[in-house]
Amino acid sequence: MTMNNQGRPTAPGTIEDNELPTISGDRGLDHEEGLIFELGRAGMTGVDIPQVQMSDTRLAGLRRKGPVGLPGLSEPEVIRHYVRLSRMNYAIDAGLYPLGSCTMKHNPRLNEKMARLPGFGDAHPLAPQQTVQGALEVISELMRWLTVLTGMPAVAMSPKAGAHGELCGLLTIRAALQARGEKRPRVLVPSSAHGTNPATAAVAGFTVDEVPATADGHVDADALEAKLGPDVAAIMLTNPNTCGLFEPRIKEMADAVHKAGAYFYCDGANFNAIAGRVRPGDLGVDAMHINLHKTFSTPHGGGGPGAGPVVLSAALAPFAPLPLLVQDSSGFRLIEHRDQAPSGAKPFGRMCAFHGQMGMFSRALTYMLSHGADGVRQASEDAVLSANYILASLKDVMSAPYASGPCMHEALFDDTFLEGSGVTTLDFAKAMIDEGYHPMTMYFPLVVHGAMLIEPTESESKESLDRFIHVLREMALEAKAGKTARFEGAPRLAPRRRLDETAAARKPVLRWKPKELPQAAE
Amino acid sequence: MRYLPLTPDDRSAMLAKIGARNIDALFRDVPKEAVVSRGAFDLPDTQGELQVERALSRMAAKTTAAGAGPFFCGAGAYKHHVPAAVDHLIQRSEFLTSYTPYQPEIAQGTLQYLFEFQTQVALLTGMEVANASLYDGSTATAEAVLMAQRLTKRPKAILSGGLHPHYAETVETVAALSGEVVRAPVTPGQAEDIAALIDDRTACVVVQSPDVFGLIRNLKPIADAAHAKGALLIAVVTEVVSLGLLEPPGAQGADIVAAEGQSVGNGLNFGGPYVGLFATREKFLRQMPGRLCGETADAAGKRGYVLTLSTREQHIRREKATSNICTNSGLCCLAFTIHLSLLGEEGLARLARTNHARASALADRLAKTKGVSLVTPAFFNEFTLKLPKPAASVVDALVEKGIIAGVPASRLMPHESQARDLLIVAATETNSDEDCDAFVKALAEAVS
Repeated sequence: MTMNNQGRPTAPGTIEDNELPTISGDRGLDHEEGLIFELGRAGMTGVDIPQVQMSDTRLAGLRRKGPVGLPGLSEPEVIRHYVRLSRMNYAIDAGLYPLGSCTMKHNPRLNEKMARLPGFGDAHPLAPQQTVQGALEVISELMRWLTVLTGMPAVAMSPKAGAHGELCGLLTIRAALQARGEKRPRVLVPSSAHGTNPATAAVAGFTVDEVPATADGHVDADALEAKLGPDVAAIMLTNPNTCGLFEPRIKEMADAVHKAGAYFYCDGANFNAIAGRVRPGDLGVDAMHINLHKTFSTPHGGGGPGAGPVVLSAALAPFAPLPLLVQDSSGFRLIEHRDQAPSGAKPFGRMCAFHGQMGMFSRALTYMLSHGADGVRQASEDAVLSANYILASLKDVMSAPYASGPCMHEALFDDTFLEGSGVTTLDFAKAMIDEGYHPMTMYFPLVVHGAMLIEPTESESKESLDRFIHVLREMALEAKAGKTARFEGAPRLAPRRRLDETAAARKPVLRWKPKELPQAAE
Repeated sequence: MRYLPLTPDDRSAMLAKIGARNIDALFRDVPKEAVVSRGAFDLPDTQGELQVERALSRMAAKTTAAGAGPFFCGAGAYKHHVPAAVDHLIQRSEFLTSYTPYQPEIAQGTLQYLFEFQTQVALLTGMEVANASLYDGSTATAEAVLMAQRLTKRPKAILSGGLHPHYAETVETVAALSGEVVRAPVTPGQAEDIAALIDDRTACVVVQSPDVFGLIRNLKPIADAAHAKGALLIAVVTEVVSLGLLEPPGAQGADIVAAEGQSVGNGLNFGGPYVGLFATREKFLRQMPGRLCGETADAAGKRGYVLTLSTREQHIRREKATSNICTNSGLCCLAFTIHLSLLGEEGLARLARTNHARASALADRLAKTKGVSLVTPAFFNEFTLKLPKPAASVVDALVEKGIIAGVPASRLMPHESQARDLLIVAATETNSDEDCDAFVKALAEAVS
């Protein structure tokens, strides 16, 4: 999910570097690599395509007048370039990736192999439906798993990511209200919510009203109930919430919401804590998106693609967007237009072209079949166990604002333990890079000062967790003892030192441009 | 379970450290009535790789892959050859299993390819700046309309009748909330008089070229008409390979370009994931949706890249953000960028020419069939035929002969009676001479 960098310093500090520079500029296995536009030469290509004769007569006089400006490289040059770039990245395959709220769990390679079966990877979205029954079966099977695991009767499959799923959910709610002849302008969003929640509510045409958090990290259920009224369309609640806590009064809140005639949208970003143990349908949820790239481990891929199917309650199911998938004696069939919908269905519209993120569906279904219902439950339990183990092992040296009770799949710390040390949350997190770890989520959720949110996931062995705990303990003890050297200007050992984000935003350079010709003489 | 490293002993030791009696104690905040017991789900239990692979393979075998025979579907998704190097590189752990590059010191690989991607998109579309991708072409088009509404502070979006109907419906879903959406008449094979619809409440005109029927549209006069009334031109491209041969939208006066990048580097995947390209003029930058990667320097003075201008985005601005979008299409961008780097200037030009030559030759041959005529006088690699009978029935008849003939226009626009007999046909470098021969022969039989 998102990282918040509000209030965090973005200018780099000063450094002292005693390392002897190399002649090449490279350092052992660390290669510096120019932009692809600075490499290659005109006329070269890495793909052999024959020259063909072609006439211009059918181009409406709109044939390109000049070159695009792309460089020419052979295949080995392209491969080397991108392999070198890849080596500047941290990855879950290379180390523990404790990003709270983001769920960086293991990505099984079987999922990749299955997604590439020609029947899925090479299926055209508009091919005649009798020729794509296998692809439709995958969608149908995944729908079954999602509805059974959530205890919800229906699911809209087309949303392409979490935020897109949120939008789909709110538009479904909007349509349901419209069908009731009601126009309710307000959506309640807790102050601890992901940024996408209020942003989505705004895009869906609602005004956002913030619900405060209690001192123990929960949504203030009394404040929520006080805000309910005939103008409230929905609440958007994350459960487990962004502090990593299960909302104990969730049922009560859901009942109050329903009593007020509103709907309960649940942000399912943290479903991975409870899948197989708790059905959101039993909690009174009306709509919830499921980030297949979190709970069901489709790879994050450096920022996407994701997939955000939305499970729906019986009250909202009729308004699910197109396309719909139905099954009859002749097989599976996609309903792509409103007036072809089965009776009772009133789809609100379409979220995107085609039928959703099939490539993610086949991966997620593979993950589910591999785990089975028992494995999904075990994964949730191990994720929660690992987070609590981290909380229990670090709360004496770091400061945990909600240390009294168990957390769910992520452990939240604040920066109280750094008070007076001169070390900030950012410094602490960046120093983790030098220790070989990706930083945890920082400065989110906003309800905690200098937040550090650690989500180990179920993919780490106990040895790996113990090593991580040891490193963080030592770091915390050093910071508190005033030994701040390793924090100042960290990281030192990454491909780059801290980057100047202020300069990047002040004078944006968002693309490469050819340099002016060099002067004849300096 | 092969993916879970904790042993029963580990679990016991960890519970002891936590001071919890059992795992249930950690879930104590869950209301009692919502606790689900083990085995309560009507779903199978864990299975080994071999069993799972068999189950998925059985399903996959029930689909005819595009590469399995003569295949001519387009209409927003195109079958192209993707070089082996692309799929190999995007499966490198460091790309596949990394997160959004919020920690730039250890994500320069992702950030640099995003910077290269943004540059490639800007160059291809002829625009000044591009973002680090949106979900796909259709959602990029919807975001473009919202952006135009914000920029002009006007409500109305006019959509060309040649805009892919799925795109038009996607735009309507979001843009009708904040304004109004008007759809121009559908005129297969010709340009509609869209300029006549522009008034002083118009935020933007959305025109696709080549359009859903394959017709190449001249954008310049539409851009002029829009600009004369203070409106913006949004150009939509669903087949980006066409930009290797055709004048880019930026050179024809487009203010925003929204495109589908699937054709380059990405497989058909039954509709997703794809990659939305989004480019505009520099002066509109602050209203742009989605992630942006920018160049900067690190504390040691080395060039590096960061995500930038995030004050536009939801994680900072919350309900005041330019969009609710968070995820982009990272790995699909990478596939796009690698494939385009492999092609280069020369490879892209050759690929585009091959596509046009192949489609042109096929169109000529098919149009010679008795009762069949070519509807689109100018096209890139996709054209529309008028058949002497409903296109959907012809497609079904050709399926029986192992040929996937194209997309019947009626599937996309069932309410257009003029679409009933129209067949949208795409031909790319992947179609062999034998594919085309088989198609020509089978079509003649099916319509006779």
